[in-house]
Amino acid sequence: MAENTKPLLKTEDVSEVFGGLKAVDDFDFYINRGELIGLIGPNGAGKTTIFNLITGVYVPTTGEILLDGESIVGLKPYEITQRGIARTFQNIRLFSELSVLDNVKIAYHCHVKYGLLETVFRMGRYFGEEDAITEQSLKLLKIFKLDEHAHEVAKNLPYGAQRRLEIARALAAQPKLLLLDEPAAGMNPQETHELMEMIRWIRSQFDLTILLIEHDMSLVMGICERIYVLEYGIIIAEGTPAEIQNNPEVIRAYLGTEAVN
Amino acid sequence: MDFLHQFIQQLINGVSLGSIYALIALGYTMIYGIIKLINFAHGDIYMVGAYLGFFGVTAAGLPILPSLLISMLVTGCLGMVVEKLAYKPLRHAPRISLLITAIGVSFFLEYAGMYFVTATPRTFPNTGLNFAFDVAGFIINGQQLMIFAITIILMAILTYIVQKTKLGKAMRAASFDTETAQLMGIDSDRVISMTFFIGSSLAAAAGVLVGVYYNTIDPLMGIMPGLKAFVAAVLGGIGILPGAVVGGIILGVIEALVAGFLSSTFRDAAAFAILILVLLVKPSGLFGKNTNEKV
Amino acid sequence: MNSVRKRDLVMLVFGLAVFGTIQGMISGGMIGSFWQLNIILICINVIMAVSLNLINGYTGQFSIGHAGFMAVGAYVGVVATTNFHLPLIAALILGAIGAGILGFMIGLPTLRLRGDYLAIATLGLGEIIRIVIMNIEYVGGAAGFKGIAHLTNFAWAYFAMLVTLFFVKNFVNSSHGRACIAIRENEIAAEAMGVNTTKYKVMAFTIGAAFAGVAGGLFAHQFYLISPNSFTFLASFNYLIMVVLGGMGSITGSIAGAFVVTFISAALASFPEFRMIIYALALILLMFYRPQGLFGYMEITNFAPVKKLLDKLSGTKGE
Repeated sequence: MAENTKPLLKTEDVSEVFGGLKAVDDFDFYINRGELIGLIGPNGAGKTTIFNLITGVYVPTTGEILLDGESIVGLKPYEITQRGIARTFQNIRLFSELSVLDNVKIAYHCHVKYGLLETVFRMGRYFGEEDAITEQSLKLLKIFKLDEHAHEVAKNLPYGAQRRLEIARALAAQPKLLLLDEPAAGMNPQETHELMEMIRWIRSQFDLTILLIEHDMSLVMGICERIYVLEYGIIIAEGTPAEIQNNPEVIRAYLGTEAVN
Repeated sequence: MDFLHQFIQQLINGVSLGSIYALIALGYTMIYGIIKLINFAHGDIYMVGAYLGFFGVTAAGLPILPSLLISMLVTGCLGMVVEKLAYKPLRHAPRISLLITAIGVSFFLEYAGMYFVTATPRTFPNTGLNFAFDVAGFIINGQQLMIFAITIILMAILTYIVQKTKLGKAMRAASFDTETAQLMGIDSDRVISMTFFIGSSLAAAAGVLVGVYYNTIDPLMGIMPGLKAFVAAVLGGIGILPGAVVGGIILGVIEALVAGFLSSTFRDAAAFAILILVLLVKPSGLFGKNTNEKV
Repeated sequence: MNSVRKRDLVMLVFGLAVFGTIQGMISGGMIGSFWQLNIILICINVIMAVSLNLINGYTGQFSIGHAGFMAVGAYVGVVATTNFHLPLIAALILGAIGAGILGFMIGLPTLRLRGDYLAIATLGLGEIIRIVIMNIEYVGGAAGFKGIAHLTNFAWAYFAMLVTLFFVKNFVNSSHGRACIAIRENEIAAEAMGVNTTKYKVMAFTIGAAFAGVAGGLFAHQFYLISPNSFTFLASFNYLIMVVLGGMGSITGSIAGAFVVTFISAALASFPEFRMIIYALALILLMFYRPQGLFGYMEITNFAPVKKLLDKLSGTKGE
């Protein structure tokens, strides 16, 4: 029980300095198991930098990042993925020349147990695991309505489908915590709505905790339970969607001071 | 004292060799800076320059300086033609296609050269520079003096073009960001063309100077100096003109010292060892800035 | 039995049939010594091209110093057979180990470099290997190693090639291979999906180098003399061209590339003055009109008729 009350992810005074510029300043936040948290803020507020810090792309200048109470600072991105954090990218980063199915299959990589000899001689666990990976990948694609495109080349998918594929791929890594970087960017309202439903659904289905960055307020306000607002690398507000909507600091950050007065 | 004497003598030899590397490296670095291509054919352009200079002196009976100028002009045009025919159609192709094409052009120049002028090395005629000074016991010969003089003049001209003229400004803009430069009204095709002209004519000058310095030329003479000039460009920081000059001279000096004090068979290894060392310690070169991909 | 296993079996039988046919023709005196030599060279070049493809085509790490690893395999091999009187198989294995270890040692620091920088570094390292060998008197220095026993024959070359093909094919069709391909496609995303990119780059480089070592061993025991000049960067370019011609990321492509390049070189052997000019022009035209190579990322088994046939033979239905 005590285990479950501890936050899944917690940052303590995390700062990141790029050549004298403080991109993230004393960032303190936590996510409890099963929560769906939003991270919003104007362009350049440091949202993606925070994703990069959590996933090990950047190493924080100071501060501590704890996953399940253990520090993940200084670990390589792949090690952090192996410990249960997967992400999508703001500027889609698919394996664009590969088939949709292969994109997902790659993400099972860190759960594969067969070794090099089993690979080369095609024995032992090789066939069993490969079959399981293909089967699970196809199942995931079905959830994201991509099963019909399984053998198409990823770069030929429409934009919205590419975003869905990125999420499917991240899920294939079987994370505890999923980070979504602007999942609705470039989607039309209809697609955004469907995405919203899907995020809700995968959270319960895969027993996930989700942190998302988003500019689409209807999405953020619609599904997030708590929201952090970031400006110039500093958290300026935190609370439920209702609290955030009425927070004068947030309105000022988004609309300028005149709007408040 | 004997050691010091030999050291300084090797230094003089190294600087003259290094000046030649510098001239070739300038073309490499300019071309890489603007179209991000390791122009493997650049060494062969240098070979063509050497042959044109040779024929200027022998077949046309011209003195060395006009031969050098004609060679620079014609080779510069050859560089432009190569770019137009072989590289321009691949402007938007993957980098590897461009690189393979450059290897193809290199083979073509080498073996077409061999077909036309035969594989037999040619001996450069006496150019009236076979005199030598003895300055406090150090030997500086006429060829070396000519190398120093011409290198300095060419670099002064290049600096003027790049820093003061409109073309130079366009070249700098295009090598910084070709697409944006184009949006700002710079005719990038023309700038690339001119870059090949200038780079190739510098290589031609180096070719003629090498012919004068070492006396022999052959169709495959460009392979090694071409590679080493690229090493020099990487050493100085690829895309940076002063870097190419400094890199070339450092490389020349180190090679002369290795050949003089260790063994001449390790001379080539020294160049590549420097390359690897630079790449591992500071891949952006002595004068370069590190850049990272944005996530 | 699993359908994939059956397909492997079908391909193995096919491989053996090809071997039987050619060996029969050689034994029956239908293939002269010139083409016999070229058939062996094709096998060796296939090993070189496929192993380089693993590094360049599948993992996307642009290496152009492959001849250096071939040289290591060749010299380790000839020392093993000539000075230590070991059998050829031991020479090939030792050559592979030697080249593999060197590949690992070189790969670990250099594979941090990207694109052109890696290319030029591997080119430099290949040259350094050659120059170092040139300065080792024990193996003959610049004059080369003389008095090598002629141990390579078609059977050795062919089966070494078959082993290489099966190894690389099975490797790339696994999670390990997918990790390598992911690095080629998008290194940052690969890392984010849990791929230890350094490990797999070095792994691909080491495996590629080891097979180049095998090819070197076969090459050395085909001729009575080897010299460091057989392994210059021009030789590396030649293997690179086979890979690019066939298609980066296609095993069938590398086989085709090795075949075409060796065949053209042999066919043009009687016109030495034009050979390289034609070769150079062909290369440039290839880049203009088919930069992805003959096969691109495709394998021959992906083509519908071949796939159908394979499915039929292995008793499965296609997807």
